[in-house]
Parts: sequence; C-alpha cells; structure tokens
Amino acid sequence: MSGEASQASAHDTFPKLLLRNAEVFATRAAMREKDLGIWQTWTWPQVLDEVRALAIGLKELGLKRGDRMAIVGDNRPRLYWAICAAQSLGAIPVPVYQDSVAEEMGYVLEHAGVAFAVVENQEQVDKLLEIRETFKGISHIIHDEERGLQHYDQPGLQSYASVQALGRKLMQQDGEAGKAWLAEVAKGSGKDTAIILYTSGTTGQPKGVVLSQDACMWAADTANRFDNLTEQEETIAYLPMAWVGDHVFSYAQSYASGYCVNCPESPETVIADRREIGTTYAFAPPRIYENLITMTMVSMEDASAIKKKMFHYFMDHARKAGGDILDGKQVGLLDRVKYGLGEFLVYGPLKNRYGLSRVRVAYTAGEAIGPEIFRFYRSLGINLKQLYGQTEAAVYITAQPDGEISAETVGKPMGGVDIRIADNGEVMYRSPGVFTEYYKNPDATKETKTKDGWVHSGDAGFFDEHGHLKIIDRAKDVGKLNDGTMFPPKYIENKLKFYPNIKEAVAFGHGRDQVTAFINIDLTSVGSWAERNNIIYASYQELAAHPEVYRMIEGHVDEVNRELAGEARVAGAQIARFLILHKELDPDDGEITRTAKVRRSLVNERYAVLIDALYDPSVKRQKIRTEVTFEDGRRGTIEGNVEIRDMPRHGAGDAALREAAE
Amino acid sequence: MNLAVAPAEASKAASSAPEVLLDVRNVSLSFGGVQAIKDVSFNIHKGEIRAIIGPNGAGKTSMLNVINGFYQPQVGEITFKGRTRNNVRPYEAASQGIARTFQNIALFKGMSTLDNIMSGRILKMHRNFFWQLLHYGPARNEEIEHREKVEHIIDFLEIQHIRKTPVGRLPYGLQKRVELARALSAEPDLLLLDEPMAGMNLEEKEDMSRFILDVNDQFGTTIALIEHDMGVVMDLSTRVVVLDHGEKIADGTPEEVSSNQDVIDAYLGVAH
Repeated sequence: MSGEASQASAHDTFPKLLLRNAEVFATRAAMREKDLGIWQTWTWPQVLDEVRALAIGLKELGLKRGDRMAIVGDNRPRLYWAICAAQSLGAIPVPVYQDSVAEEMGYVLEHAGVAFAVVENQEQVDKLLEIRETFKGISHIIHDEERGLQHYDQPGLQSYASVQALGRKLMQQDGEAGKAWLAEVAKGSGKDTAIILYTSGTTGQPKGVVLSQDACMWAADTANRFDNLTEQEETIAYLPMAWVGDHVFSYAQSYASGYCVNCPESPETVIADRREIGTTYAFAPPRIYENLITMTMVSMEDASAIKKKMFHYFMDHARKAGGDILDGKQVGLLDRVKYGLGEFLVYGPLKNRYGLSRVRVAYTAGEAIGPEIFRFYRSLGINLKQLYGQTEAAVYITAQPDGEISAETVGKPMGGVDIRIADNGEVMYRSPGVFTEYYKNPDATKETKTKDGWVHSGDAGFFDEHGHLKIIDRAKDVGKLNDGTMFPPKYIENKLKFYPNIKEAVAFGHGRDQVTAFINIDLTSVGSWAERNNIIYASYQELAAHPEVYRMIEGHVDEVNRELAGEARVAGAQIARFLILHKELDPDDGEITRTAKVRRSLVNERYAVLIDALYDPSVKRQKIRTEVTFEDGRRGTIEGNVEIRDMPRHGAGDAALREAAE
Repeated sequence: MNLAVAPAEASKAASSAPEVLLDVRNVSLSFGGVQAIKDVSFNIHKGEIRAIIGPNGAGKTSMLNVINGFYQPQVGEITFKGRTRNNVRPYEAASQGIARTFQNIALFKGMSTLDNIMSGRILKMHRNFFWQLLHYGPARNEEIEHREKVEHIIDFLEIQHIRKTPVGRLPYGLQKRVELARALSAEPDLLLLDEPMAGMNLEEKEDMSRFILDVNDQFGTTIALIEHDMGVVMDLSTRVVVLDHGEKIADGTPEEVSSNQDVIDAYLGVAH
C-alpha cells in the first residue's frame, strides 16, 4: 500500500488509516497474540471494533483532546489498541518502559502530566498506585489483566474490559456515539502530536521526544517503500513499546501497510513464537543476534562429532560464498552446488531454529554490531542489514539498500533525509520525520534542533567513498592527537572488543602523540582457550600476564591496526602501545557503569601511573597498586607488574594487500 | 482467569463464619516403636492458608501423609468436607479433592511440563483407555476440555516458555512450579504443599509466595503447607499449627504462635 501516495493526504493520521484498513484489508489479520497456547487473531475490522469501543469508553471517562495517557506493559494487542484509541480522540499516548522502577516511571508520568494510564497487570498497577501517592494527577488506571486485582478498590482503577463494555453500551444505547467518535477521528490532522517517547537517557533525566502524526507517517511510508513491505508481512513485537523502534515497526508501519503484528505469549517464548509465525520482517539490536549465535555454538559443542564436522565444514563454506550469493555477485557453479547442499543440511535447519526461514529483511540497529556476527547471518542467506536511527528522527536516518551491504557502515540517507557533517565531525540531519520538540524542555530543544530544522545527532561520522555513512563515536568523545589526527576512542575500543578474548578496552590519545590502550581479557573465553592449550593459571592476574596470552592479544591488536590503516581518516590512530590490565575493570570499583560503560575520568585517575608508563617509551614494565572492593564490600589492594608491548604500525598499503590476499 | 473451581467468594465467607474443611481429631501414628504423631488435633478452615511448622522430625510430613491417606493412623479420626473417613487410600483422598506436592520433587522427569500437568487431571477423565487410544470424538473433545483447563494453569503460573520442555531438564525452582501446577490441575479443595520453597533463592521464594497467595485468592483453594522459612510462614499463613516430637505444642495466628514460649523453646531458641 506504500505506493498510494495520493491516498496519504486523506489518511494523515493513524486512526484514519485504521478506518481505511478495516475496509481495504477486511479479511486480513492485523494482530495476533498467543494466549493459552493458541494464536488468537484479530482482523482489521475486529481491531477497529476493539479500538472504537475503548475510545468511546475512554471519552466517557473524560479523556480529552490533548490529554496525555500513559501506556505501560509488555507488547500486548490491547496496549497497541490503546495507542490508537488515544490518538483517535486527539489524546497523546506516552508509552513508558515497563521494567523501570516506580521512581523513574514517576518522573516520566509527572513530567508528561498524564491523567490516564493503561497498564498490563498487577505489577504495573502497584507501581502506578505508588506513584499516585506523590503525583496526584493520575485519575484513571486501566488494567488489561484482572489477576490479583479483584480486591483492589482504589478510586479510578478499572479493567480494560469494563471500559470497552462501557463504550459498547453507549454505542448500543445511542447510535450517535459511534458517529461522534468518527467525527473526533476526522478532526485529527497530520500536525497533531502522535506520541511522546521518553529517551532512556544515559545522562540526566529522560527527555520526552514529541513526534507528530506527519513524522510517524513519513517514517512508516518511507520504510515500507524502502523495503517494499506490503500487507503480506509478518512481524513479531517484543521490544519495549516505549522504544521508538517498536512504535514505528509494530504500530506505524503496520497501520500504513496493513501487515500483521504478532505478540508473543511471554517475553521468554519469543524465539519459539517467532518460529511458529515465520516472521518476514525482523528487527533486533545486535545483542539478540549475538545471543542466537552463542546459543548455537554452545549446542554445537554438545553435538555429535559428525554433526560438528558437518556444521563447521558448511559454515566455512558459507563464510566464503554465502554473502556473495546473497548480494547476487558472481559465484562459481561448484560453490553454488555446495552452498545448496549446505542449505539443505545446515543453513535451512539453522534458520528454521532462529525463526528466520521466511525473513525477507532483517535489521540491526542501536549499537555497533560485530562484523563477524553480521557476516554470519548474511552468509546463511539472511538479508540482515544495518540502519541508523534516533528517536528524534522517528527512527530512520540512513539504511542499507539491498545489495549495498557492509558490516562497517550504516547505509545511505533514506528518502527525504538530508545529512551534513558539521565541522567537528558531528552528523546532522533534517527530514520530515524530525521531532517537534522535547516536551516541556525548550532549552534542550534549542540545543539539539536548529531553527531551520537540522538536528544534532550527537554522533560523529563521515561518508565513505560509496556515499555510505559511517558512525564512529559519540561526538563529544572524539578527540584529536597532537598532530591533528582524529581520535575516536570508542571506535577503536569496539574494534578490539569484537574479539571474544577481549572483554573491555580503554583507548587513550586525546592531546597525546600516539594512541595507547588498556585491555581486559575475557576470563571465560581466554580461560577455556588456556584449558585447551594446557596453560595453568590460578587467577585472573596470572592469566592476564601470561606471555602466551600477551602474544594472542598482540595478534588481535595488530589486526585492528591493519584495519585502521585501511581507513584514511583514522589511519593515524593506530595503537602504538598496549598493556593488559592486572585486574578486571569492575562496576564495584566504579570503573565501569552497571551497563558496562567505561568511566573514563575515573580510570584516568586510578591508573595514572600506567598511562604515564604507556607514554614513556623507556618503560617496559610498570608496577602498580590498586585498591579494590570485594563482592562482600571488604576492601583490599592488588599489586601488579604490568608489561607494556610496543606495536608496529601499518601503512595503508598493508591493508589493501591483506584484502587482496583474502 | 475464570477457572471453574470453588469461587473466590468462598474465602470471604469463610472469614466471617469459619467453615471447617478438614478436622483432625486425636490422631496418633507410630511405626513400630517410633511414635511419629502423638494425639494431635487441629482443623483447617475453608479458604485459609494453614501452616504446619516444627523442627526436623516433628512429624509434619507424616501429618500430611495421614491427611492424604498415605499413612493410616492407628488412633483418631479425620473428617473431610463433613464426612468422617476411615482407611482412605491416597487415590480416594485425591478423588475427594485433596492434592499435594512433595518435599522431594516427584514429577515424571522424561515427560514434558504439559504432559505432567495433564496427568494431574487423570481423575477427571471419564473416557477409558481404549477411547483415549482411539483419540476420536468424545475422547478428543474431553482432552481439549482438559487441555484448556491446563492452559489456564500454565498461564496462571507463568510457565508458557517450558510447556514442551521435559521437566528433567528444568532448573529446580521451575520443577517446583510444575509440581504445583500438576496439583492445581486436579482442581483440589485442599492443597497440601510440602516445603514448597525448600532450596529456593530469595527471588524464587517471592515468586512462589505470590503464586500461593494468588491460588488461594483466585481459586479459593484451601492450602495447608509445611515450610521452614519462618518469614514466609508468618507472611502467608492465616493460622499456624506447631508440632514438636509428634505433639502439638501450639496452634493459632502467626503472631500468637511466634510469641508462644513453648514454640520459641522448641523451634526458634533452645538447642536440642
């Protein structure tokens, strides 16, 4: 349906699209949910019926144009309908992360000034009631599941079903109620606010990103057209509803194209449910793809010798030929035949296992994906692509068109997006999908969005020779070496961390002559390697200092240097010296956050001796004492004598040579 | 959730005028020279959560075994749902509406979660083995009916993700939950739980506590449980009976029991 641009003006809001879909796709499934082990289906007219009943009920309860309505819970059809019901009345849905604690949630609800909340279950009701003790504005709490709530008699608390029953009763009593609702829908326009999405915000309080109907509609149409998505697609909704990706994938794009969104039985059953549905359009952050591979590798370790051998043989072949076959490049007949056999024996069953047999397009976004992981899926014949998006852009900024795939870039600007690179290397964009403002936060809006509509992405990047955008780091973290070379620490660290043996890395170089790095080995991975190679060790410290481990890590660093050498802008930022830390960076010591982000200032301070040693060419070993906090809270010190290795740096030619050799 | 068990109102009614569901009078049980239970009397009200506590070897599990007919007491009588019973067999007790879980999990390890729970409905199946074998017509309809009930329980206990997993492969905490599911699937009037939280970590205990409360609340099921975690007992139970060396030493609300000097001596304080 994406092609029908002429119709788009008549259907400028999602409730209007729902009315259209109920006519155009009268027999097609709009949503499914697995309940009691059986997939329950709602067609578009049935969804319309549910949304209308809820909307009329909500209106009766007092939900007005412009009111904010919170939506809290796992991906449930009823919660998606609540979004549409709110929009149909001109109210603004505010989905909230369902696992946030009452305090965090309270901030968002109070900031957004919500009066109504539609929540999933008792757990969320309890949170809402706790929040209501301090923020009195919440007048109505409507819950989907009844369980455990029979004896609650707080004012304003009622079940979703009862609100819908109220709506249905009104429609029966009075034929006008339905018409009045249609009139409300007709009042809506593309300029209306469609939704407020609070960004999780690693720093400071979350900000409410206001997206208009037009912005969401643009995102939906553009994405549907980009990948030729039609009403035939099947997707599974399992990522948080408060995240812009889910809102666009599972709501906006579905309404725009008419495709079916499936809600899993529970968060734990997603993989099995996906297999049953056979999704054709998929989206996941890199972590999920990584987990699938880990799962596979672990089960392969337990498989019989023949299966193991078969798996590795065909996976090696897939690595060689799979990606090219997918990209439609020239591949020899023998390789094709072998790939076909592999498809039958290994790739097919594996894809089936992942629930990705029918997938036409799969996306990864959110953070950098390891090139190995990315290639793994592509070599299986899964069209995994990358995109770059932000909440402030209604997701889409760039994406990889079919056949122009690379593990390192995030693709070309999508239709309607202008991108420019600011002088400091920051990516700036402008598109019809750009957010209206940060809710009740004009200062932040002014900081992020210029008067003529350009948005500061906060990410540093550049375009490569094919016109593909490459994101390297958060703009504020990018530094400069003394000779003026760009120094993107996270970009370098990520390259290191893609090696399973390296758990954490910290790169230094801003305001210095050369780049150096701390490395933490991954105890699980290196430990099992040590076991296989008869290397005996007693502690992390001992293993980290082992010459064989140093040799292995040296190899990884050298490969990273070669890769960097091949990229003109960062060739000068090759790692000159590195050391393996004598202890793991630990959240208990405050060196990394609980979500595993390095606290650079603290690391700089604690390990100043080591950093100085890295920049003193005469020092080959450095003694250090560090205070540590044990798990039970006791404190102690660890002493180490850390070896520093010098690394050769490569010219651009080396990288090219190596690529040719491959 | 509208599983057609005893309606939840039953529990409310019980609080105003307690109706005795099970009455144990002067029961004694001995194995040769060992007196496991000595002249114990107590009752269980309809709709309550009744805890049976006591130190190791106090006779708690023996008491449960007497209630569900596994042991026959030498002396004393037991009245269940107004009928005094003599020499019941365990399956008779089960068909009268008593279900239980075990201290050491007793599931069919090789069978899936679903099949294990379905097995709890065996007493409700009316078609005979050959009908079932044919799996056609009435037998099939009956199975669908039972499956629906079972699915409600799976949903209730949030174990959808392990529906098809053989229980032998499940972690301990989940096996405990499956066992509870199987007991529930018999739609019992009285549910006996023998240390439902033994060996669990704090989070699992909290989950299990919530499930027990929900079962009691939602289905109106009367529950008798043995538990060592005093915090759990105090939070969950309506009334507590305390056994020590086979004798009843206290009976009352958690507050009364926890302030009873005999109990403190026997259980909480003095070393044996």
